[in-house]
Amino acid sequence: MVGIVSYGGYVPRRRLNRMSVIQEMGWYIPALMMVANGERSMCNWDEDSLTMAVASARDCISGFDKSKIDGIFLATTTPPFADRQNAGILATALNLREDIVTADFASSLKSGTTALISAVESLKSGEKKNVLVAASDHRRTKSASFYEMWFGDGSASLLLGNENVIAEYKGSFSLSLDFVDHYRGESQKFDYTWEERWIRDEGYAKIIPQAINGLFKKYGISIKDVAKVVYPCFISREHKGIAKKIGASKEQVVDNMHEVTGETGSAHPLLMLTAALEQSKPGDKIVVASFGQGSDALLFEVTEHITKLAPRRGVKGSLENRKEEASYAKFLKFNDLINAETGIRAEAATQTALTTLWRNKKMILGFVGGKCKKCGTLQYPKTNVCVNPKCNAFHTQEDYEFSDKEAKVMSFTGDYLAVSVEPPVLYGMVQFDGGGRTLLDFTDCDLENVQVGQTMKLSFRKKYYDKDRGFTGYFWKAILK
Amino acid sequence: MSTGIKDKVAIIGMGCTKFGERWDAGAEDLMVEAFEEAIADAGIEKNQIQAAWLSDCFEEIHIGKSALPLSLTLRLPNIPATRVENFCASGTEAFRGAVYAVASGACDIALALGVEKLKDIGYGGLPNSGSNSGSLNWLWMPNLTAPGAFAQLATAYAAKYKYSIDDLKRVLAHVSVKSHANGALNPKAHLRTPITEDQAISSPMVAHPLGLYDCCGVSDGAAAAIVTTPEIAKKLGKKDLVTVKALQLALSNGEEVQFNEWDSTYFVSTSKASVVAYKEAGIKDPRKEISMMELHDCFSITELITYEDLGISPRGGAPKDVLDGFFDLRGGGVPAQVDGGLKCFGHPIGASGLRMLYEMYLQLHGRADQRQLKDPKLGLTHNLGGFPFMNVVSIAIVGKEGV
Repeated sequence: MVGIVSYGGYVPRRRLNRMSVIQEMGWYIPALMMVANGERSMCNWDEDSLTMAVASARDCISGFDKSKIDGIFLATTTPPFADRQNAGILATALNLREDIVTADFASSLKSGTTALISAVESLKSGEKKNVLVAASDHRRTKSASFYEMWFGDGSASLLLGNENVIAEYKGSFSLSLDFVDHYRGESQKFDYTWEERWIRDEGYAKIIPQAINGLFKKYGISIKDVAKVVYPCFISREHKGIAKKIGASKEQVVDNMHEVTGETGSAHPLLMLTAALEQSKPGDKIVVASFGQGSDALLFEVTEHITKLAPRRGVKGSLENRKEEASYAKFLKFNDLINAETGIRAEAATQTALTTLWRNKKMILGFVGGKCKKCGTLQYPKTNVCVNPKCNAFHTQEDYEFSDKEAKVMSFTGDYLAVSVEPPVLYGMVQFDGGGRTLLDFTDCDLENVQVGQTMKLSFRKKYYDKDRGFTGYFWKAILK
Repeated sequence: MSTGIKDKVAIIGMGCTKFGERWDAGAEDLMVEAFEEAIADAGIEKNQIQAAWLSDCFEEIHIGKSALPLSLTLRLPNIPATRVENFCASGTEAFRGAVYAVASGACDIALALGVEKLKDIGYGGLPNSGSNSGSLNWLWMPNLTAPGAFAQLATAYAAKYKYSIDDLKRVLAHVSVKSHANGALNPKAHLRTPITEDQAISSPMVAHPLGLYDCCGVSDGAAAAIVTTPEIAKKLGKKDLVTVKALQLALSNGEEVQFNEWDSTYFVSTSKASVVAYKEAGIKDPRKEISMMELHDCFSITELITYEDLGISPRGGAPKDVLDGFFDLRGGGVPAQVDGGLKCFGHPIGASGLRMLYEMYLQLHGRADQRQLKDPKLGLTHNLGGFPFMNVVSIAIVGKEGV
């Protein structure tokens, strides 16, 4: 049996109240009010599609033996690198084996489901045993556009395998149609979009039913056999309209999450599927379809194993970890949509020595430290000489992963002088519960909520962006447990 | 068996520029200003100097690499000259080079000159090196500044000794008020305005919980020392010699930041260097024997904790001493930051260690004007460079010959 073994979700903690957009820009485009209900998820300034993918993937593989993963596919239309495999960075961050296949699935909002199909096929051939699929998007939009209201940021990951399958893969049906509702040309920051009425009537309303009905026909089933149907459509009214067209009841249709996250691009079908899995029972058949120059429709059947999957953050936990952001200006600043003063201090050199990064990739991207074979002392980073003054042995350290360890705050500050997108910069020294300590930037927390002794955990984040060269540097930061 | 440096070297001339935002002067002008005072004070000719040490830290923003800027600027007679850099201990390092050269007999008279021209970068604070701070450091070290690095001492100290942040801030305010009072008496200080505790407490936050008045200024300046042996000094007609009693350095080895013991409420290196320095100087009870101190008060919390690391105050006891006025100029204890400290002089890094020695030298010769202490015998200077969790510490003790 081949199928989904585990799922993981990640939605950034900050949620932009859509009314804050109306407050600032409603005078400019009053019609935005039509879609201003609820809130949309927004990346912190140090998050992007890759960091979110790392977060959902870590959630997905928690409790699993990651040394058994032999493939990782990353689907996104907003990869931080056009040429440097983003899935490879993801694999390094997860500290996976080196002898695995990694691939980026890109350039279409259906890339997430296409990655799923490819993963399943590589499992079916017997070539692979466990393949992780992560989908993630952080799409930039112009200020005061409908898309700014409709979109959200987020990621979902699915581990596919052939043991302890929680949702068996039953089949898929794909359509490839060069329907250009939007596109983002090379070197363009924003999508160029055609008229919404056309996208709605000729796109969503036709293509998604065509894909789902094609799936039904191919496998000889009907909507009545299905417990849940997952498909994206940011036009909420049309989302319901599609249900009618395929004959699905209100109960069968999984919410498009407009009010809680907005549409998360290539991640969205997988995010909605994860939300559906969280509420499924054995025997449920789930259809998931995507939309993006065609559509992939996939059929899964939930198994008994779903009751045995250890609790995880998933979508539910992600939605609960929430901080409302009422400042639209902050959303603009985080997304580099306003040209705020940064001061001469921010003009410092930001080059990355790629030789240094290569030698230290496990330390930097995987947060791998050392454990002294002689005295057992845990230390970060791993060095040639043990830090324990009673040991100080040379060349005794073996790899030790700290990324999943908890730590306590020893000291901290909120720094108003350091260059930052959102001052003050929080950082401090943390002591890992099992030994080892280091200084780290803190993120996703507020100064008034940090105390000495507080428990922290780690999160993979953007550390810097080299705007002269287009290079994003990543490292780990501490977040509140 | 080493015998230490005590009384092997005498300071025969010192100079120090006016510190401040010296928009009028480049590093070369500052070097000349400090040197002219020092050579005149020593009463020797330039050609009698046989070796020289230059200290600065951020050479990339002012003089550039090597000791050539010193040799070129002063037109030294093709003598050996060496540039040293060891973070904030750089000035004391230059002094150490000159002192050891004389003590070893390698030369008779040596010059140490420290300079830093910080105010040519276009923004406040110390320069932000970005990826030039080390190619690996850049990839992982937090986005920290000096105030933020040291502010962490305050949050940890408050947690350990159960102070509220407000109570600790009042103690820290007194540290800064005292230094400002001293700096107001010093024409060479950058900041010469006395402040109140309330002003210090309510000043804008720089790095929680440190406010503006918890931070030292950013200034330009230079200072210089000319040293020789006591014998040569006497042959040159010098009387009431000021000699070097101890000169120690200690560097972190990563234990603070990587091992599991240090608790972020003290400086490992200062605690170790002070013990060695007292032994070298023959000091048994520093609280009673040290007449005055110039400590590395880059931030008020650094000074507070240093009182304890030096064994002047017991662990956890510095706040009481501070509030009792033990470190005030006329407090009857061990006056600290007699010249106004980094707080009022700012911290042109390469110059600071020598600027501190300059004040000790003036005091020991009875030339400190309104700040003059009664019959001081031993003065201690201290520099701490880097971060609380990883640093370079220097301690120098100077005093009257024979003490």
